[in-house]
Amino acid sequence: MAALLRRIRRELFPTRGDAVLSVALLGLITLAGFGFLHWALFQARWLVIQANATLFAVGRYPIEQQWRLWLLLWLLVAATGLSWGVLRSHPRRDRTGALWPRNDRLAAVLLGVVGLWVPWALGLDLSLQSRWWGLVILLLLVRWLAGRFGRRFGSLGPRLVALTWPVLYLLGMVLISGGLGLVSVSPSEWGGLLLTLLEASFAILLCFPLGVLLALGRRSELPLLRWGSVLYIEFIRGAPLITLLFLGQNILGFLLPGGLAPERVWRAAWVLTFFAAAYLAEAVRAGLAAVPGGQFEAARSLGLSYPQTLAKVVLPQAMRVALPAMVGQFISLLQDTTLLSLIGLMELLGTARTVMANPAFLGKNAEVYLTLAVLFWCCCAALGLGSRALERRLDPQTVPSST
Amino acid sequence: MSQPSTEPMIEARAVEKWYPNGFHALRGADLTVNRGEVVVIMGPSGSGKSTFIRTFNALEDFQKGQISVDGIALSNDLRNIDAVRREVGMVFQQFNLFPHLSVLENLTLAPVLVRGRPRAEVEGQARRLLERVGIAEQAEKFPGQLSGGQQQRVAIARALCMEPRILLFDEPTSALDPEMVREVLEVMQALANEDITMVVVTHEVKFARHVAHRVVLMSEGVVVEEAAPEVFFTNPSHQRTRRFLDQIL
Ligand SMILES: Nc1ncnc2c1ncn2[C@@H]1O[C@H](COP(=O)(O)OP(=O)(O)O)[C@@H](O)[C@H]1O
Ligand SMILES: [Mg+2]
Repeated sequence: MAALLRRIRRELFPTRGDAVLSVALLGLITLAGFGFLHWALFQARWLVIQANATLFAVGRYPIEQQWRLWLLLWLLVAATGLSWGVLRSHPRRDRTGALWPRNDRLAAVLLGVVGLWVPWALGLDLSLQSRWWGLVILLLLVRWLAGRFGRRFGSLGPRLVALTWPVLYLLGMVLISGGLGLVSVSPSEWGGLLLTLLEASFAILLCFPLGVLLALGRRSELPLLRWGSVLYIEFIRGAPLITLLFLGQNILGFLLPGGLAPERVWRAAWVLTFFAAAYLAEAVRAGLAAVPGGQFEAARSLGLSYPQTLAKVVLPQAMRVALPAMVGQFISLLQDTTLLSLIGLMELLGTARTVMANPAFLGKNAEVYLTLAVLFWCCCAALGLGSRALERRLDPQTVPSST
Repeated sequence: MSQPSTEPMIEARAVEKWYPNGFHALRGADLTVNRGEVVVIMGPSGSGKSTFIRTFNALEDFQKGQISVDGIALSNDLRNIDAVRREVGMVFQQFNLFPHLSVLENLTLAPVLVRGRPRAEVEGQARRLLERVGIAEQAEKFPGQLSGGQQQRVAIARALCMEPRILLFDEPTSALDPEMVREVLEVMQALANEDITMVVVTHEVKFARHVAHRVVLMSEGVVVEEAAPEVFFTNPSHQRTRRFLDQIL
């Protein structure tokens, strides 16, 4: 206790001037905090969120088909738990491999609290509440099982995890849009967080290979390829996304082969993809430039072909350098999806605007925008955390000697 | 020291090379290296030594002349490259280990990927090679965790793991702290006693004197002098060689 007091004193009140400043700042922060809490707890009318929760989550997705989204959510949660547990059971060499390291305990508690409290606080009906609780329990249960028994299956575990996600993504697409015997649900009925995440994940997944190809093209020795890539990258980076989105609604139908661009939702997704690819290419190019030429020569002198050299030697090193910049791109891509509301898509912001236009919820803008901000913040934080973990896992310098 | 045969492994005839910027780096360089022979190439910096040996495994192209490696003709338009690169290993001044792979993975990558050999078998061979160059206990580490001398020994083992018939060394000890030079030279000397063919660019006079079958001097893109080490260092026939030896001895 005394140590704490001394520390507070040292950090906040080292000199008279600092002390005044500290007190003033603390006062301001407290005031603002109380003001916000007072508003959030007593003045804000969260009914606007409660009443429109489904709309914010999935838009006008037909109610009788929503079980498909629930199923997808259950699968996603199980896959998350599986991946989390398997990663823990195959720890990096410098980790103890404890079943529940401190960060994980913290995350589990946080998840438990949020997953149990939020549905209750939102006053969802009991059947919905219990579903959310079930999801949290499933996540932690699978996490525990995979962490406990993951090591028994050797390297099969990580490979299974790597396979799970692409399969799940494709399966998710089927569940959402229909096919394979499911009633098809037209993209114009998708909305809310569902549409935002779909557009963002589609663009993130596809802009990645495209960006890598563009970056390689920009360094190519073939003039046509090089100048083509440069022209593309510079054109896209020189144009505001919103103009490209409007342009895309009008011309993408001509550029892409028939079936690929019929729907506004997919057209927008392709524009986002092409847009993000140009920025990603620059990030990857910086990564490629950081790989010394000697790496290339060593690989070639060992007999690796050009594609093998890229895949096994050059790109893995380039990606590690480019990863932070790439995740930055992904995060701004996620936020850029809000622009889709301007071309009439009902993603999160579009949904929010229709809700706020509803006379029943007039003047509840602050509640709606705050909810949106928190939702986006959660998604971006998840991306950021994931990338930092990946970065640390990939970095051989953080792996201390094993002897 | 094993005696080399007279069957030529590398034959370079009147090789000329211009870099894309127009610089005439090789101006009719000739060299024949026989099977099992150890040839040391010396010469002042910028004389084209690196350029020359890099043409032997097609890391550099050339515009005039002929090179054949183990009977495979390296045509000017760089065909047969893959076949040649499988025969020829190379060790670089800067080691050029793959920093994102462990030592063991550095060794196994190419044999598994290029030769399509089973991983378990290659790993066994890799561990034996690491033992031979004296770093068996470092197999799981990453290159960044090793000293320069250890890294260069890994690089040698990596080249050997492809079972090449020819090994090229481009100043393998020049980037090393003096106290690590010996451990690398010892590994190279041990190799020289086997029937692998070696072409070594180096300034290590002791190595050249005691290990090489032949020493070659390059100057301004051509091979000036070619002689057995005892002749090269004591009684060279060219003025240019004498001047070079005066500078380094
Ligand atoms: N990529 C290149 N482009 C142009 N000139 C080069 C290039 N690489 C090397 N050179 C030139 O070719 C000459 C020979 O180089 P090099 O073979 O590396 O010499 P050494 O290995 O004997 O020191 C030097 O003058 C060098 O400046
Ligand atoms: Mg050189």
